[in-house]
Amino acid sequence: MMRRVLVFLVAAVFTLPLLPSGAFGQEPVKLTFWSWRTEDKWAYDRIIRVFEQRNPGIRVEFIPYRNVEYNTILSSALTAGRGPDIIHLRAYGGLETFAAPGFLAPLDVDKVPELKRFPLQTMVGARSRKDGKIYGVPFATQTLVVFYNRKIFREHNLSVPRSWDAFLALMKTLKDKGITPLANGAKEGWTLEVLSGVVAPNFYGGTTFFEAVTRGQTTFRDPTYTNALAKMLDLRPYMPQGFMGVDYATMQQLFLNEQAAMFIGGSWEIGFFKEQNRNLDFDVFPGPPERADQVPWVSSFADGNYGINARTPHMDAAVKFIRFTATTEFGQMFTDLLRQLSAVPGVVVRDPILQHVQAMNRKATPYIMLVGFRWQAPTGSTLLQSALQAMMAGQMTPAQVGDEVTRGLSSWVDAFRR
Amino acid sequence: MPSGGRREGRAEAASPAPAVAGVSGARAPARGLSLQTSRRLWLVIFLGPAVALFATFVTYPIVSALAYSVYGWEGIGRREFVGLGNFVRLFETYPYPRLLANAFWHNVIVFALTMLVQNLAGLGLALILARGPVGARTYRVVFFLPVTLSLVIVGFMWALFLNPVFGIVNKALAAAGLAGLARPWLGDPQTALVTLTLINAWRWLGFPTLVFLAGIQAVPDEYLEAARIDGAGEGEVIRRIILPLLAPSVTIIVTLTFIGAFNWFELPYVVQGVSGPPNRATDVLGLLFYRTAFGEVDTGLQDIGVGSAIAVLMFIVMGAVATFGALYLRRREIELA
Repeated sequence: MMRRVLVFLVAAVFTLPLLPSGAFGQEPVKLTFWSWRTEDKWAYDRIIRVFEQRNPGIRVEFIPYRNVEYNTILSSALTAGRGPDIIHLRAYGGLETFAAPGFLAPLDVDKVPELKRFPLQTMVGARSRKDGKIYGVPFATQTLVVFYNRKIFREHNLSVPRSWDAFLALMKTLKDKGITPLANGAKEGWTLEVLSGVVAPNFYGGTTFFEAVTRGQTTFRDPTYTNALAKMLDLRPYMPQGFMGVDYATMQQLFLNEQAAMFIGGSWEIGFFKEQNRNLDFDVFPGPPERADQVPWVSSFADGNYGINARTPHMDAAVKFIRFTATTEFGQMFTDLLRQLSAVPGVVVRDPILQHVQAMNRKATPYIMLVGFRWQAPTGSTLLQSALQAMMAGQMTPAQVGDEVTRGLSSWVDAFRR
Repeated sequence: MPSGGRREGRAEAASPAPAVAGVSGARAPARGLSLQTSRRLWLVIFLGPAVALFATFVTYPIVSALAYSVYGWEGIGRREFVGLGNFVRLFETYPYPRLLANAFWHNVIVFALTMLVQNLAGLGLALILARGPVGARTYRVVFFLPVTLSLVIVGFMWALFLNPVFGIVNKALAAAGLAGLARPWLGDPQTALVTLTLINAWRWLGFPTLVFLAGIQAVPDEYLEAARIDGAGEGEVIRRIILPLLAPSVTIIVTLTFIGAFNWFELPYVVQGVSGPPNRATDVLGLLFYRTAFGEVDTGLQDIGVGSAIAVLMFIVMGAVATFGALYLRRREIELA
C-alpha cells in the first residue's frame, strides 16, 4: 500500500508541470527585470510590490548583476535571443549600443503616453541617434557637485566658497589645520572625469562651449577648454597624500569617516552617504565659478532608462510595467526611497540636500563627454579619463589632453578631422 | 644519454595502454568486435569528454572570435562582412595602434620581469631547498602557499596593503624612517606595472621553485659525486651539472611564463580594473581585448569587431611564439644534455 502511494506521488510530481497552466486558473505573467543596481534591490522590490498589487496578473522579478559584468551578461543574452523582458539601460551611447541593432522595442507616445510629459533634454538620453525613436523611460537625472562636511566647516568657521579663489583659500586653511581638504583620488579615471565635470564648465562657459563642440564649430584643442582643465591642477595639493593611488572606495571612506572635508562627486552619493553614516552632517555646493558674482554651472545628465526587450513574449505586460515607471507615483517612490532625482516630472523632493541639487539644476549644462561624445568607440570619456590621469601625474599638459581627446574622437567625429 | 633514456622510459610507460586495450580486445572477439574496433572504442571513451570540452570551451570561442573579427558591428549587432577591415582599423585608426603597441610592450615587460625576478628567485630557492636545510619541508609548503590562494584574494589583499592612505606598506616604510620612499605604488605610472608584476611573482614563486626542486632532485647523485671527486666546486657543480640537466624544467617554466605573461588578465583586472590605469600604465593585451570587445563600465562602448581582431592577433602571436620557442628550447635541452 505504502509503495503504491509513493509511486502515485512520484508520478504526480513528474506529470504536474506537463499540465497546461490554465488547468488551475490563469497563471500570472512573469516578467524578469535585469539591472546593475545590486545596492538598490530592496527599493525596487518595494516599488514592484506596489505595481503587482495594482496588476494582479503580472509578477515582476528584479534581478541585479554586478555593474562591471552587467554589459557583458546583457549583451550575451540579447545576442543569443534571450535576456529579460524589462532592461535597465544606460543613457545616450549606452542605450544606442542595444537600440541601434534592434534589440529594444521602440516606445512611442501611443504606447507610453506618459512620455509626453518628460522634458526634451531628459529624452535625449533615451533616443536613438540612428532612427530618432525613443527606447526607454528615463529614471533619474544626476548632477555633479561638491559634497562638504558641515561639521568640519562649522568647527573652523568656514563658509561655502562662492568663487574659485575662495575655494582654494578654504582648502589651504583646512590643510594648514591638518585636515585633508579633498577626498578625491585619481586611480579610477572616471572619478577624474567627474572632477572635470564639476570644475571645468564654469571656465569653458558651460552650454555655449558644449553646443559649439558638439556642432563641430570647435574641438577640445580649444584653449577655452584646455585652460578650464588646467584648473584641476590647482586641486592637487589638497587631495590626499598619494592621490594617484586613491581609488573610489577610499575616496568614499575618507569622506564618510570625516577624514576629508570635501568630496567631489555625483548626486547619486547622497543616499549612500546617508545610509553608511547616519551621523554625517553634510551638504552640497556647486563647483565654484571664477568670480563670486557669477551663477555657477553644474554638469547634469540623464542617468539611464528602463527599456523593453524587443523579443519579449509578454509585450503587453512589459508595456504596462514600463508605463508604470513613467508615472509620478513611481517617480515619487524612487526619489523617496533612493534619494535620487527621479526623471519623472512632478515629483516632490523632500530630502533637503536633494532640494539643493534640484535648485542648482536651474543652470545645468550637459555632462560634456557622456551627452555629446559617448556614441561610438573610442568614447570621449575613455580618452579623457586616461589623459586626465596623465595630466594629474604630471605626464601631460592640459593642451596635450585636449589634443589626445580630439585626435581619438576624430575617428568618428567628422568635424574633428577637418 | 639521460634524456634519450627518459624518452625510452616514456615509451615503456606508454606500453601498458595497448595492453589494457588488448585485454578488452581479447574479450572483444567473443562479442564480435575486432581488436582494432575495440581499441577505437576505448579511444573514443577516453578522449571523447576531453575533446568535447576542449571543442566547446577552446576551439569554438577561437573560431567564433575569428568569425566575429571579419564582420562589421553596430553596437552588439553583427552586420556586413568586412574582411580584414577590423584589422586595418586596429593598425591604422588612432588610438588603437598606440594602445596595441603599449599593451604588447607591457606584456613583454611582464614576461621579462617575471623571468628575472620570479623564476630566478624560484631557481635560487630550489637550489637552497635541495641542499636540505633545517625546515626545508616547511619552507617548501610556505613558498607554495600563495599559489593555492585565490587570485582575487591575492589581488584585493595587495591592493589594500598598497593603498596610499590606509595601506600597511607605506605605513611600514614611514615607521622604518623611510617615509621618503612611500608612494602610490599602484597609482604612479612609474611603479604601477612593476608593482603588479611583483605581486604576481609573490603569488607564483612557489610554482617554479617546486618544478626546479623536482628537477634538481632528479639529477643522479653519481654525477654530482663524480664531479666533486674531480674537484669541482659548488658553483661549478651547479653550472656544469645541475643547470644543464634542469633544461626540461626550464623549458616548461619559460613556456608557461610566456603564456601566462601574454594571457595576463585576472590580476590587473582585479587590482587595477579594466582600463589599465594610470593612463594605460598597466594595460596589457588581455585587458585591451576585454575592454574593446565588451566595453568599459559606464564609460566605454563595445567594439566587438576590433576586440575580436585583437583576440585573433593574440592567439596567432602566442601560438607561434610558444610553438617555436618550445621547439627551440627542446633542441637546446638535447644539446645541453
